[in-house]
Amino acid sequence: MTVHNIRHADSRHGDASDGAVGGRLSRVDGPAKITGAAKYAFEQQLDGLAHAVMVEATIAAGTVRAIDTRAAETTPGVLLVLTPDTIMEIKGASDWLGNPPTQKTYSPLARTVTYSGQHIAAVVAETFEQAVAAAALIEVSYDETPAIVDLSDPKAGDGIPIDAMTKEWGDAEAAFAAAPVRICAAYNTQREYQAAMEPHGLIARWQGEELTIWEPSQWLDGMARTYAEWFGVPFENVRLVSPYIGGGFGSKALALAHSAVAAASAKMLGRPVKLVLTRPQNFTSYGGRAATRQTVTIGAGRDGKIQSIVHRGVNETAVDGMWVEPLASVTSIMYATPNFSSKQNVVRVNTVVPGAKRAPGENPSAFGIECAIDELAHEVGIDPLEIRLRNYAEQDPEAKKAWSTRQLREAFASGAERFGWSKRSPKPRSMRDGHQLIGWGVAAGTYPVRRAYGEAIVRILADGSVEVESSSIDMGQGTYTILAQTAAETVGVAADDVVVKLGDSRYARAGVAGGSRLAGVMTGAVYKAATSALDQLVGLAISDPRSPFHALQANTLVVANGRLRSPRGDGPDVSIAELLASVGRDRIEAAGDTMPANSTAEDRYKNYTTIATSIPHTEGNYSRHSWCAHFIEVRVDEDFGTVRVSRVVSALDSGRLYNPKLAESQWKGGIIMGIGQALLEEGIVDRRHGRIVNNNLADYLVPTNADIPDIEVISVGIPDLHSSVLGGKGVGELAIVGVAPAIANAVFHATGKRVRDLPITLEKLI
Amino acid sequence: MRDFSYVRANSIEAARKAAALPGAMLLAGGTTLVDLAKCGVAQPETVVDITHLKGLDTISVDASHATLGALAKMSHVADHAGIKSHFPAVSEALWQAASAQLRNMATVGGNLMQRTRCPYFRDPSNFSACNKREPGSGCSAIGGVTRGHAVLGTSQACIAMYPGDLATALVAFDATVHLGQRVLKVDDFFLLPGDTPEREHDIRAGEMITAIEIPGSAAARRSTYLKVRDRQSYEFAAARAAVGLELEADGRTIRDLRVALGGVATKPWRARAVEEALKGKVLDEDTVRKASGLAMEGAVDHGANHYKIELAPRVVARAILKLGETA
Ligand SMILES: Cc1cc2nc3c(=O)[nH]c(=O)nc-3n(C[C@H](O)[C@H](O)[C@H](O)COP(=O)(O)OP(=O)(O)OC[C@H]3O[C@@H](n4cnc5c(N)ncnc54)[C@H](O)[C@@H]3O)c2cc1C
Ligand code: SF4
Repeated sequence: MTVHNIRHADSRHGDASDGAVGGRLSRVDGPAKITGAAKYAFEQQLDGLAHAVMVEATIAAGTVRAIDTRAAETTPGVLLVLTPDTIMEIKGASDWLGNPPTQKTYSPLARTVTYSGQHIAAVVAETFEQAVAAAALIEVSYDETPAIVDLSDPKAGDGIPIDAMTKEWGDAEAAFAAAPVRICAAYNTQREYQAAMEPHGLIARWQGEELTIWEPSQWLDGMARTYAEWFGVPFENVRLVSPYIGGGFGSKALALAHSAVAAASAKMLGRPVKLVLTRPQNFTSYGGRAATRQTVTIGAGRDGKIQSIVHRGVNETAVDGMWVEPLASVTSIMYATPNFSSKQNVVRVNTVVPGAKRAPGENPSAFGIECAIDELAHEVGIDPLEIRLRNYAEQDPEAKKAWSTRQLREAFASGAERFGWSKRSPKPRSMRDGHQLIGWGVAAGTYPVRRAYGEAIVRILADGSVEVESSSIDMGQGTYTILAQTAAETVGVAADDVVVKLGDSRYARAGVAGGSRLAGVMTGAVYKAATSALDQLVGLAISDPRSPFHALQANTLVVANGRLRSPRGDGPDVSIAELLASVGRDRIEAAGDTMPANSTAEDRYKNYTTIATSIPHTEGNYSRHSWCAHFIEVRVDEDFGTVRVSRVVSALDSGRLYNPKLAESQWKGGIIMGIGQALLEEGIVDRRHGRIVNNNLADYLVPTNADIPDIEVISVGIPDLHSSVLGGKGVGELAIVGVAPAIANAVFHATGKRVRDLPITLEKLI
Repeated sequence: MRDFSYVRANSIEAARKAAALPGAMLLAGGTTLVDLAKCGVAQPETVVDITHLKGLDTISVDASHATLGALAKMSHVADHAGIKSHFPAVSEALWQAASAQLRNMATVGGNLMQRTRCPYFRDPSNFSACNKREPGSGCSAIGGVTRGHAVLGTSQACIAMYPGDLATALVAFDATVHLGQRVLKVDDFFLLPGDTPEREHDIRAGEMITAIEIPGSAAARRSTYLKVRDRQSYEFAAARAAVGLELEADGRTIRDLRVALGGVATKPWRARAVEEALKGKVLDEDTVRKASGLAMEGAVDHGANHYKIELAPRVVARAILKLGETA
């Protein structure tokens, strides 16, 4: 259980209005994190805790011939050595869409190796050090087969067409052939990793048929379902606890092979087991962003108006798993074009199945189209901002529906104004400061509004405080804080008087914290639950004979600042606590949800434990997206080819902001991650071994503070009630989209050189 | 569990004796040793903790020379006023190395002894071939990922780059390493890989670094350290140069020049050819850029590290030109 009482959180610097929806309340969980009071999953102290470590394959493809565990088994402290032969039977589990398992059983330890780093054995011992030492003694022999190491492997081939990704209207090929201006270029993004500070891992404890899991999680109910299915116990028997998460970025939404091993070994031993992946294992135990290749061809008039876009994309996936990174998701909606064609293939390579990293799909997609339109602007001699306005899509070109809201023109205008874009000298390599070549680039980004249904419980307690409960999570994005603000405003109390409890699957159920949907879903659910709690409170005050308001015969009351009054201000003025005492109640409790009224129990279970019930962003008459425009200045050393970002101004449309301070912080985080993607991040594969060699945080580079300039973010959104109950769109993923192309475009402007292959490292420019 | 014994040395003599035992390793700040033990590269049988030795962390500087005790912290040396004024390149090399946290832990003695960042060297469970780790086992890097490997001083047996920043500055200014009885020039202390890449230093069983001494000079006083890398901070160099310059009274003719480079070589690399080509010449951009190319004499690339051959002379030239501008 986690309690954040803002009363104890000395984090407020503003006035009382900060606590309302839209206020700049500081993160209520901040003080606990800063002081170390916040207890993360691996910090649980349990009696009898045993320690597990994983043993990984050192080949990229082949079969395990034999695993010699004898030496490990006789090592002091060793409790259990698990191989595919000795691990208990685990049942197949349905996937995150809710599709039933394809196999009756699931083996988290592999006999057939499909990538280097795949888990093939595990050791459990009394201490972590004993387990590590024993694991080093396990001898594995293999029958190795040739591996396909990455997309550029000659053996990789063209891959498998994904028909569902095909999008076509008009006659794109013919229009391209007829266009007076034609550009065509190939753009590559590399394997990138989420690289969260907190590694993956868990503590698992069985008590009879009940399983408790302490594990950082972006989706408690989804993961609880997987554990329940693996071990054949009812969903209710599994409790996931995850009050704090040290970064997820898309990687912590699923129970993984090592999770199954930890839970299985806890069951086999009858003792709680802790398993934390090493940093190198965090590069191979779950997927980062898939490497992608795109070709973008644009046919246009001399006026820069696009007549045709032909797009072809490829992303890598695993030999034994499918990941489709939708590469045309931005290409097909950013600009108006009468003719469009996009097709996508996936190529199987020997890697762990790629996964979600901040804005999967939109992020690489924007790199292609937003660089390509910059190339077009250069080709026709039109300012890169002007060409975007000339091709502005007044409606969704793909769905042919009106935008719910699209403040992209406003984003371009206010971003350009703050950045001083009008002073840009159009010619590449025409701005410099000593040895530094200066370049200015622009790019747009977008992310769809992903929606789902949510539920929450709101209680008004005897002391007049309000409690909110949900099994949703806060990985730093601000769920604790905005739900406190929502409940405070709805019930009519100060945010200080709200306690939010999250991160325990025993609380009211919640769907995945992914796709930037949680804030919209959960503020809606809390708003509903809080409204119904307020209705109960007012109903009691009016109708209970013991209430001081009973004699007033009012038909409603006003609740503000924790006190009840009549709308006209006559009659009594009592606190919520006094009212509850007078009517003899110790609490009011209300559950609220946004599910359709006729939903069955099965519908609800599906909604919270799968993503099958997500509501399409083009449902009904509107197409719903967040939008942004990034204006970026880079400095490129003319001798060294080093690129530094020296200025960022981004204007973003996320609709209504529930808390601007937290939204700004998320936007900046996305921009920083985009700078890493553009300039630094790349999983480097040894082509002979099919193995990532920079699998640690000294060699896999993410930006440091010194790489990040002041970032100015501007909100241009307006409430969008087609997108959510309270008018917000998405915040978390939006801002990374478009950063890499804005940087690549700025590098072109600085140097005259197009780098279409991320990251833009120094050797590509010298 | 892999056990080792821990000895806390209470005198230099005791430390030397303990360190002479087979399988013994000195422990200073531990930022290299603990890291390599976790990777499974270092497997000490005895760890000899020297951090409690008295008097080994002193820093003394005057115009004629600087003496750095082996246990002086990187951060203390970097911030030392005397080092900053008499040996700016040394201070700059240190504050651009590693991170603030590491510099507060790590010692200058340990810094000289840090090992290569070659990823194959650091991952014994996946790559059994590494001549540096296991003499005669082969070299996994050749034919593999070589972006960070050396182009100078390599051999058939090993192409690992020496990553330390401090030693690059030291070798430029003829610093010496004190090992008790013996005193060696930094240039001689570090060994080329040749056929024996496992031997990186001329240090014998029972010896330890007690101090580093740097002679003062006009060139050291007017010196700088330029580190070029993709990430602005907390990354090893793609190429780096330590340069010291002394001009004649005319303010334009080069009387003395020191050039050392790193990030490109198997040991701290003194570029004497560049020094000789420029001594007595008038400092101008063309001359400097042309002469800087001599730094790459004998360079051999292994594919992905080819860019270093282009990059390093530019780093050298820019460092010299920067010093020229400060006239
Ligand atoms: C992530 C990371 C980034 C880094 N980046 C940089 C960088 O950019 N530039 C850079 O220069 N360095 C960098 N380093 C290396 C760092 O500077 C060294 O680890 C550090 O200087 C070692 O000093 P220490 O006192 O911790 O040595 P220890 O780890 O204690 O010892 C290192 C080695 O030296 C031996 N040793 C220690 N003291 C003595 C002595 N007096 N005599 C003989 N042998 C001795 C030990 O036995 C051991 O083998 C980085 C390190 C890490 C982990
Ligand atoms: S370069 Fe040297 S350290 Fe690296 S694998 Fe080869 S022998 Fe080992």
